[in-house]
Amino acid sequence: MTTQASSPVSGPARGGDVLLRVEDLVKHFPVKSSQLVHRGPRDYVHAVDGVSLEIRKGETLGLVGETGCGKSTLARCVARLYDITSGRIEFEGIDITRLPASKMRPLRREMQMIFQDPYGSLNPRRRVGSIIGDPFAIHRTASGADRKRRVQHLMELVGLNPEHYNRFPAEFSGGQRQRIGVARALAFSPKLIICDEPVSALDVSIQAQIINLLADLQSELGLTYIFIAHDLSVVRHVSDRVAVMYLGKITEQAPVEQMWAHPRHPYTDALLSAVPVPDPASLDRRERIILVGDVPSPINPPSGCRFHPRCPKAQQKCVDEVPEFIPRLGDEAAHLTACHFPVADGEDISKARPAISADLRVVESSIPEGSLTGISGGDGP
Amino acid sequence: MSYNVGDAVAVSTIEEAPIAVVAEGEAAKKIEGRSPWVLAWRRLRRDRAAMIALGVIGLIVLMALFAPAIAAVLGHGVYQQFRGTNPAGLTPLGQPVGPSSTFWMGTDDQGRDIFVRIAYGARISLFVGVVATAVTVAGGLVLGLAAGYFGGIVDSLIARFFDWLLAVPFLLLAISLISVVTVHPIGPLRPGLPVVIVVLGFFGWAAVGRIVRGQVLSIREREYIEAARALGARPWRIMFIDIAPNLLAQLIVYSTLLIPVTIVGEASLSFLGVGILPPTADWGEMISTSQNYYLYGSWWYLVFPSLALLITTLAFNIFGDGVRDAFDPRGDLFV
Repeated sequence: MTTQASSPVSGPARGGDVLLRVEDLVKHFPVKSSQLVHRGPRDYVHAVDGVSLEIRKGETLGLVGETGCGKSTLARCVARLYDITSGRIEFEGIDITRLPASKMRPLRREMQMIFQDPYGSLNPRRRVGSIIGDPFAIHRTASGADRKRRVQHLMELVGLNPEHYNRFPAEFSGGQRQRIGVARALAFSPKLIICDEPVSALDVSIQAQIINLLADLQSELGLTYIFIAHDLSVVRHVSDRVAVMYLGKITEQAPVEQMWAHPRHPYTDALLSAVPVPDPASLDRRERIILVGDVPSPINPPSGCRFHPRCPKAQQKCVDEVPEFIPRLGDEAAHLTACHFPVADGEDISKARPAISADLRVVESSIPEGSLTGISGGDGP
Repeated sequence: MSYNVGDAVAVSTIEEAPIAVVAEGEAAKKIEGRSPWVLAWRRLRRDRAAMIALGVIGLIVLMALFAPAIAAVLGHGVYQQFRGTNPAGLTPLGQPVGPSSTFWMGTDDQGRDIFVRIAYGARISLFVGVVATAVTVAGGLVLGLAAGYFGGIVDSLIARFFDWLLAVPFLLLAISLISVVTVHPIGPLRPGLPVVIVVLGFFGWAAVGRIVRGQVLSIREREYIEAARALGARPWRIMFIDIAPNLLAQLIVYSTLLIPVTIVGEASLSFLGVGILPPTADWGEMISTSQNYYLYGSWWYLVFPSLALLITTLAFNIFGDGVRDAFDPRGDLFV
């Protein structure tokens, strides 16, 4: 699947020029061998395997997928925390794929990250004022009283009491800590903020606060977000466009309402059918699509379409051919799907049965003998 | 967004409430976070054994600092030999004299005042103990941080270096080193204080370095290290500003327990005649020389320097145990 950034023509309501372009990004992690001296070819975890994305200024791109599908790896590759295996990342027209750390440093002001764990992402031994002031210290832009003034301004901006400047992270609640993380990311009013599951670790009531804070800041400061989550309702609320990931590949990408109205990929359909609905009447009309099996090992991903071992609509073509990432069934250009047999509007796939032998489906998730393989199952959305 | 601010304020009011009731109004504003250090210090202060040990250490430090004053008050210089009759520092047979009102701890084989020499010896012991420990911890910290943070080839090289350090028979090498430094190409150096400090400091690197490396391996995977990298922090900044403070508690505990080991190490080298050389007053050297005179009844020559060494190392060990308990996160949180 090397769809070279087939750019959506009709952009979303918000958004202008392309801020970030990711082309065919690949990230493989070598698997540590248990043998003292390694023989034979090395195994690799195919964490991200050919992802192309475009993010426009001012929009929010939601990235959803099960645990272990490569969302966070993708985010860390974009932020250049990992060196990528192959592909190309372009930020504001600058190729940052292989930019050395020293050249990358000024760009980091423009591209920030908010982390999932509000407990783990703040250094427990440092005071909040010094944590939020870190960007100023690292880039040597403000010091002393000036830095303190700017840090307190940031604390106010995210709804923290500036008098708590000298406290330690342990003295704050989870939601307040996440605000600290947001304040740190905002230090230089960056253009792009990568939110790696920023609300997954928080209580539902606090989630709403943080999401609203992020939305307010976006309209105030004109921020662009990559918003990673496995909670579909959260993603629907914040995103302009949504990309669904499965086993290191993007399976479907569409403007958010398009995605919910016309899910084309069977995987998307299954995910959406699992979202709880508050209206019991509509629940009756809906069929939940239960996927069989577990997510296969990313060390030895299935051939063809990666979803075929679990897909209710799978056929021989899905095993043999990698589906192209293109608009299907007459969708608009911004709605891309990687599926040979996309789901038509109104089609119920909960009763569909795959047209390939069960044998084939098992082979794909076999584990090499004598190896230690981690199998990660998703919690489901 | 106003409700967000309100929320933060509301939460903080609840947190401060119990204290605010006691402190009333204005004072409540000054309430500041209790750092782990403050908590540790409060726990330490309640540890009676540790506080007594700290008092003893304080007395020894005072004795070392004011050693010249002690000598002046008693009128006995540290190198002054009382071979005459008034006061008599040696018996007519040339043996040391026992404790008396003139010589509180008796005299040594040269007719010198042992009490004054013990006071001066404390200077050497404490100085070597503290400085060599500092050298050990600093070297171990830098190497351990580099090994743990950079990993790969750097880690392998440093790990092999540590293996080599641990494989070397320390005492044998120390003894031979003292002879080696006196000649070309290292020397000519006079064996003594600097060589002792370097030898004692250098061979501790592996132990500290391994502790640090292990900690760094786990700390560098934390999200706040990733956050620092995402902000564009340079490796040295991450190592010393983000990682090192998380190691400090352990290093302090390790250091307080390492000081007595180093003091004994220095005394051992001097005892073997390869550390501090006479006529400088040193506990190890005194214990060594005293053996020849103990046989003829001069027990004070052996006992008092040994007691000084025992009390000093015991005090540091008890204090170090207290520090370790104080930093233990399982200790009382509210003190």
